[in-house]
Amino acid sequence: MSKKGALQRVKFYQTGTHTVGNRLMDETARSVQASMDRSNTITSGHRACQGCGEALGARYALDAAMRAAQGQLVAVNATGCLEVFTTPYPETSWQIPWLHSLFGNAPAVATGVAAAMRRKGRSDVKVVAQGGDGGTTDIGFGCLSGMFERNDDVLYICYDNEAYMNTGVQRSSATPPAARTATTPAVGDAPGNVFGTGKNLPLIAMAHNIPYVATASVADLHDLEAKVTRAMAIEGARYIHIMVPCPLGWGSQPHDTIRIARLAMESGLFPLFEAEHGEVTRSHKIRRKVPVEDYLKPQRRFAHLFRKGHEDKERLAALQRMADANIKRFNLLDERESP
Amino acid sequence: MLKQVEGSVAVAEAIALCRPEVVCAYPITPQTHIVEGIGALVKTGELENCEFINVESEFAALSVAIGASAAGARAYTATASQGILFMAEAVYNAGGLGLPIVMTVGNRAIGAPINIWNDHTDAMAVKDAGWIQLFAETNQEAVDLHIQAFRLAEELSCPVMVCMDGFILTHAYERVDVPTQEEVDAFLPSYDPVQVLDPADPYSIGAMVGPEAFTEVRYLAHEKQLQALRLIPEIADVFKDVFGRESGGLVHPYRTEGAETIVVALGSVNGTIKEVVDAMRDGGAAVGSVSLCSFRPFPLTELGEALGDAKHVVVVEKSLAPGLGGVLASNVRMALRDSALPVYTVIAGLGGRPITMAALEEVLVAAAAGRLPDTQFLDIDHGVVEHDIIRARKTRRSGPTAENILKNLAAATAVAAGEGDTS
Repeated sequence: MSKKGALQRVKFYQTGTHTVGNRLMDETARSVQASMDRSNTITSGHRACQGCGEALGARYALDAAMRAAQGQLVAVNATGCLEVFTTPYPETSWQIPWLHSLFGNAPAVATGVAAAMRRKGRSDVKVVAQGGDGGTTDIGFGCLSGMFERNDDVLYICYDNEAYMNTGVQRSSATPPAARTATTPAVGDAPGNVFGTGKNLPLIAMAHNIPYVATASVADLHDLEAKVTRAMAIEGARYIHIMVPCPLGWGSQPHDTIRIARLAMESGLFPLFEAEHGEVTRSHKIRRKVPVEDYLKPQRRFAHLFRKGHEDKERLAALQRMADANIKRFNLLDERESP
Repeated sequence: MLKQVEGSVAVAEAIALCRPEVVCAYPITPQTHIVEGIGALVKTGELENCEFINVESEFAALSVAIGASAAGARAYTATASQGILFMAEAVYNAGGLGLPIVMTVGNRAIGAPINIWNDHTDAMAVKDAGWIQLFAETNQEAVDLHIQAFRLAEELSCPVMVCMDGFILTHAYERVDVPTQEEVDAFLPSYDPVQVLDPADPYSIGAMVGPEAFTEVRYLAHEKQLQALRLIPEIADVFKDVFGRESGGLVHPYRTEGAETIVVALGSVNGTIKEVVDAMRDGGAAVGSVSLCSFRPFPLTELGEALGDAKHVVVVEKSLAPGLGGVLASNVRMALRDSALPVYTVIAGLGGRPITMAALEEVLVAAAAGRLPDTQFLDIDHGVVEHDIIRARKTRRSGPTAENILKNLAAATAVAAGEGDTS
C-alpha cells in the first residue's frame, strides 16, 4: 500500500489472514462490499463452484467499478466460466446491463458499446469488458491488442485462473510451467506444462503505452478495489489482470482460495504492480517472502513435482528462478517506508 | 442527384445519408473504396455524429458493430470474401442476437486458390446465418437497397447484408441518382431499438439457452425472415412513393409472359441476361428471366409464381457447392417442388470469369431443346481439366493443382505466340 493511495495505513491484521478488517479502517476506505448500498452487480444465486476465485474477483471489481461510475456501467463478457455460471437464462446474476457476444471478441464489442454511448451523448456510461485468461491471452488477444492500440475508452479485466476451466481445465497460454491440465498431463519425463518463454499479458498491455495497467489478486481485495477505482478515473484503454485461483482446476481446497492467491503473491510468482503509459509506477511489496514450494504444494496440479523420493528439484529450482526474477524486475522486496 | 460515379463511392454516400452512428472499417478488396469513402465523409464533417473506427480485423469490425448496435447506435460495416469467413462467427452472432446491423458485401471469390475477382461464394458461405441477404443488380439498386436495408433491419431487428458484385459494380462508374438528405430522412426514421444496453433498465443480452428453448429461439429467427417476405415488398413500395423509382422487392421478372425458358440469377449478371433475352425474343425465342433480389428470405411462392408457366428453368449462378452442384439452383428447385419442371444449373463467372452473351445464348438454346445437362460449367476448358487429371494420375507427388494448371496454360500461350511469330 502506498502513502499516496486512497487506503490508510493500518497496523493491525486479522489473525492468520493478513486481511485488513473493515472495522479497523476509516469508513471512506472500507470495501465497497461493506456498504449497505453496494451495487451488487453480480447478485447471489449464481452457479460458480465453491471457493471460485473468479466469482469473488468479479464481484469486487465490478462493484468497485459501479461505485466509480456512479451506477452508469455496462459490462461486456467473453464466453467462459463467468458468463456461464451467471446466466443460465431466465436466471441472471447481472444487475447491470450485460452483453455476451463471443469468446474472442469482448474487447471489440466493448469498443462498439463505448462508441455508441459517446454518439448517444452518454459519455457518463462507462464500459467494462471481461474475460478469463483463455478469452484474453489466447483467442481474444487480437481484439484486445486492437482495443489497446486505438486507446478505446474501455476497462478490460482479465480473471486469470491459468487454464480453460469452463471446458474442463485445458492449458492456455497463461498456464504456468509444470502445471498439470487436461492437455498437459502429468506423465512422461517432463510432466505437466512445458517451460516456454511465457506470455505476460500485463507487460504486453504496457507495450501498447495505454494509460493504465495493473495486476491484482483476490488475496488483497482492498488493493483490487483501489486499482479498479483508479482505473475508472482514467479515460482510454485500461487493463487489470486479476489472479483468481480455481479450486477445481488447480486441485486445491475451496477454503484455500485466498491463501493460495496470497502465496502466489508472497512467493513472487504473481507480482502485483501498476503501470501508467508503459512505465511501472507502483509495486505491491512482499511482506514475508515464501519459497515457491509453499505456493505449489497445496495444489494437486503440481503434485508431480513433490513425489516421495522423486522430488523434481530441477524444475522446482526453475520455478523459483522465475519468482526471483519477478521480485527483481518489479522490485518486490524493498523495505516499506516506515509510517 | 444524377451523377457519374463509382459504385463504391455512391454506396458510401448513400450510407452517409442514412446517418450511421458507428462505422467499422477494415480493408479488403473489392469493398475497400466504400469504407474509404465513408471515412472521408466523416473526416470532412459531411457525415456528422459518426464514429469511424479502424479495426484490426473483419472479426473485430463486426464485433464493434455488434457492441454499438446493442448499445442503441445505427451500425454499419462492409466486407468481402475471406473477410466474411474471418468474421463468420460474429455474422452468426449478430443474426442470433437479432441486431439490425447493415453490412455491404462486395462479392468476391474465396480461396484457395486466392482470387480477388467476383463470384458469390462469400455470401453463400453465410446464407443461413440469420441475416437478410439482398442482391443488387445495378449500382442504382445498390444505393437504393442500402437505404431500404436500414429500415428493414431496424423494423425487424434483424441484420441485413446488401450484396453487390465485386468490381463489376463496386468499381464501375455509371450514372447513379444519389438521393437528397431530405428524401432519405423522410423515408428512414431514426433507430428505435427493441433491445438496448441501458443502465436505467438493465438486462442481460446473450445469455446461455439450453435445449428447453433453443428450438423456439431458432424458430423465431426463421419467422422473422418470413415476416421479411411481407415487409420487403412493402418497403419497396414506400421507397417508390418517396423516391419515384422501383428498387428492391423480392423478385424482378423480365419478359416472362409466355416464356418457355426462364433464366434465374442473382446480381449484376441479370443485366447481361436481359440483353440476351431481348436479342433472343427479337429472334422469336420464348425466353425470359427472373432476377432474384432477396436470397434470404428466399421467396419460394413469388419465384414459383414467376416461373410457373415455363417449360425449362435455367439457374445461372456464381457459386458452387462442390459435391452437389448449384447453391441457388437447390433453392430454386425448392420453389418448384410441386412441379416436374426441369431446373438446369449453370455454374458461371467463378473467380471473375466473364459471362458472355454468346455463351448464355448457347445455354438457353440448349435448354430449350432439352440438351442441357443437370449441371454445366459455363465456358469451362475441358482440355485443361482432362490434362490435369491425367498429369495428377501419373505420380503420387503431383504437386499443387492450381499452380500446375497455370504453368500449363502459360506454356500453351507461349507455344501459340511462337507459332504466331513464325507464320
